[in-house]
Amino acid sequence: MRKLSLVSLPLLFAAIDERMPLYLPVRSDGRVEFTRWMGGQDIAFTGNTDRSAKDFFFPQSEELMRLRREGKRVEVLDTRREAEDFVLFGVRPCDVKSFDILDSVFLAGPVDSYYATRREHGVVVSLACHLPSSTCFCSAFGIDAADPAGDVAAWLAGDTLYLRANTEKGERWLAAYDTLTEPSDENAIADLQQIRDKVSALPLAKLNTAVFGGDKLATFFDLPDWESLSVACLGCGTCTFVCPTCQCYDIVDFYTGHGIQRLRCWDSCMYSDFTKMAHGNPRTTQRERFRQRFMHKLVYYPAEHEGVFGCVGCGRCLRKCPQALHIAKVMRTLGKED
Amino acid sequence: MQNEMIANVSALLADGKVDRVLGWKRGELGWDVSPAVFHTPRELQQEFVYDRYCGANLSKYLVAECRKGGRLAIFLKPCDRPAFELLVKEHRISREMCHVLEVPCSGSYSYDPEAEEDRLDIRCAACEHADAHPLHKQVEDIEAMTPAERFAFWQGELSRCIRCNACRNACPACTCESCVFDNPASGVAQKAATNSFEENLFHIIRAFHVAGRCVDCGECSRVCPQHIPLHLLNRKLIKELRNAYGEDASLTAFCETDPEPSDVIGGGNRA
Repeated sequence: MRKLSLVSLPLLFAAIDERMPLYLPVRSDGRVEFTRWMGGQDIAFTGNTDRSAKDFFFPQSEELMRLRREGKRVEVLDTRREAEDFVLFGVRPCDVKSFDILDSVFLAGPVDSYYATRREHGVVVSLACHLPSSTCFCSAFGIDAADPAGDVAAWLAGDTLYLRANTEKGERWLAAYDTLTEPSDENAIADLQQIRDKVSALPLAKLNTAVFGGDKLATFFDLPDWESLSVACLGCGTCTFVCPTCQCYDIVDFYTGHGIQRLRCWDSCMYSDFTKMAHGNPRTTQRERFRQRFMHKLVYYPAEHEGVFGCVGCGRCLRKCPQALHIAKVMRTLGKED
Repeated sequence: MQNEMIANVSALLADGKVDRVLGWKRGELGWDVSPAVFHTPRELQQEFVYDRYCGANLSKYLVAECRKGGRLAIFLKPCDRPAFELLVKEHRISREMCHVLEVPCSGSYSYDPEAEEDRLDIRCAACEHADAHPLHKQVEDIEAMTPAERFAFWQGELSRCIRCNACRNACPACTCESCVFDNPASGVAQKAATNSFEENLFHIIRAFHVAGRCVDCGECSRVCPQHIPLHLLNRKLIKELRNAYGEDASLTAFCETDPEPSDVIGGGNRA
């Protein structure tokens, strides 16, 4: 474990950014977003970003390739640029966990090379969640906000930042800044329990996940509650776009006049044209689309991933859904005992 | 207030005058109120709420609810009422099926869990009904900018758009059965925005599409997860329409003797 005084933090950030672009949560105009470090910014060490960190590995829109036609010949062009190394600093424990879920989808064969390249080039420095918000419920999904994963984990205690490498990649990365940090005792961070106490006292910490799981399809699929749960759903894509684990996409071709530009973009199971086939969308009502999203998080994903849920309790759907239709309401309603 | 509302609609349900009620339902954390349909006085007793977090305009839900048949009671705040009238006028809902109950509003709020405080919804800061500020104050502030400043302002705001379509889906003037932007075969679906210019265009096109029909309920701004003040685009158009055609100008009251825009505003295409 290494440590450095917060006074020296700008020096560390400058050194990091000199080697590779550094992105960290910056507060601006009442919003917090991962932003390229440039010094003098209001860095958000507490709370979470408005958008999740998935953008860095799975951007909202990206070009996959181009096709060029000349006469009867069609040429396939790989338009990818050389990937550059980058650092994501201050990723919260919930969002770090979301990378595992994205990995399980994109890195399971056939490997998604676009995603894999970004993952290889990105160093994730997580930050323990010192001030969780009332919309957080990561502990319900078994995430320890006091001891996050990531290549390197960081803690703030008093005027000191502690850094601990979790992976080999993290060890190599952290060693590059040995001149700026000093060795520290593993047990130097005293407030781990304090963080856990704060998290377990949150209003949604006791959300019951035990009633959900991969074998619960028949239990929940036909419940009449889906009607009252989804009646106010606008069918917008907000929940899926702000969700750190939603990973559905569409592939779209643009005709450029002399060829094709092929793009991949986020898609949303809330949309009427999602998974559109010759006969249309297999889910013809908003109730079915709404059910799909929550069944995916709580039943379908765990069915295929050894019981791991597809939600990390970041609470973005609680804050962002225009009509406040969020996963906590769904879990409470479906899991009620009567 | 809330208890009185529950008593009123419970009586309507009991007397068989309506068979369901469109209202607001309490959430898990106090501020996470959702629109809901209530079927029994018991449901109303347990879950109905009317407080500062009931910003959602319920009118548009009638488009779906009226198709299910029966009779509905609906609560409308002052700024929800014009949306209801518009939907009736455009034959999107059946006036006969609806029992309207008007409720006063002293501004709707959203809760910011990070700052741990309530925020007055941006539309309410210039509410016509609260007469705190003149309707077009926010528009005039933007008009006072130089074209370059104005461009930078909108570019900054619209660059945050994530194309979730919440603004469109909440809009009571956007009730097309199927939107051109949801049709992959239309060539303009723009699901994969190739550049940010497309996002800007989407909002400007939408503002023009609802011009003359927008009822200024401000739902577009309230529902925006990126806090883009979209209602200002509509307010600008409302202002221009009022200047050109008078207070009661509405494209839904079209008649053949209506003047052409170029005759009213001058200039036009006369070279």
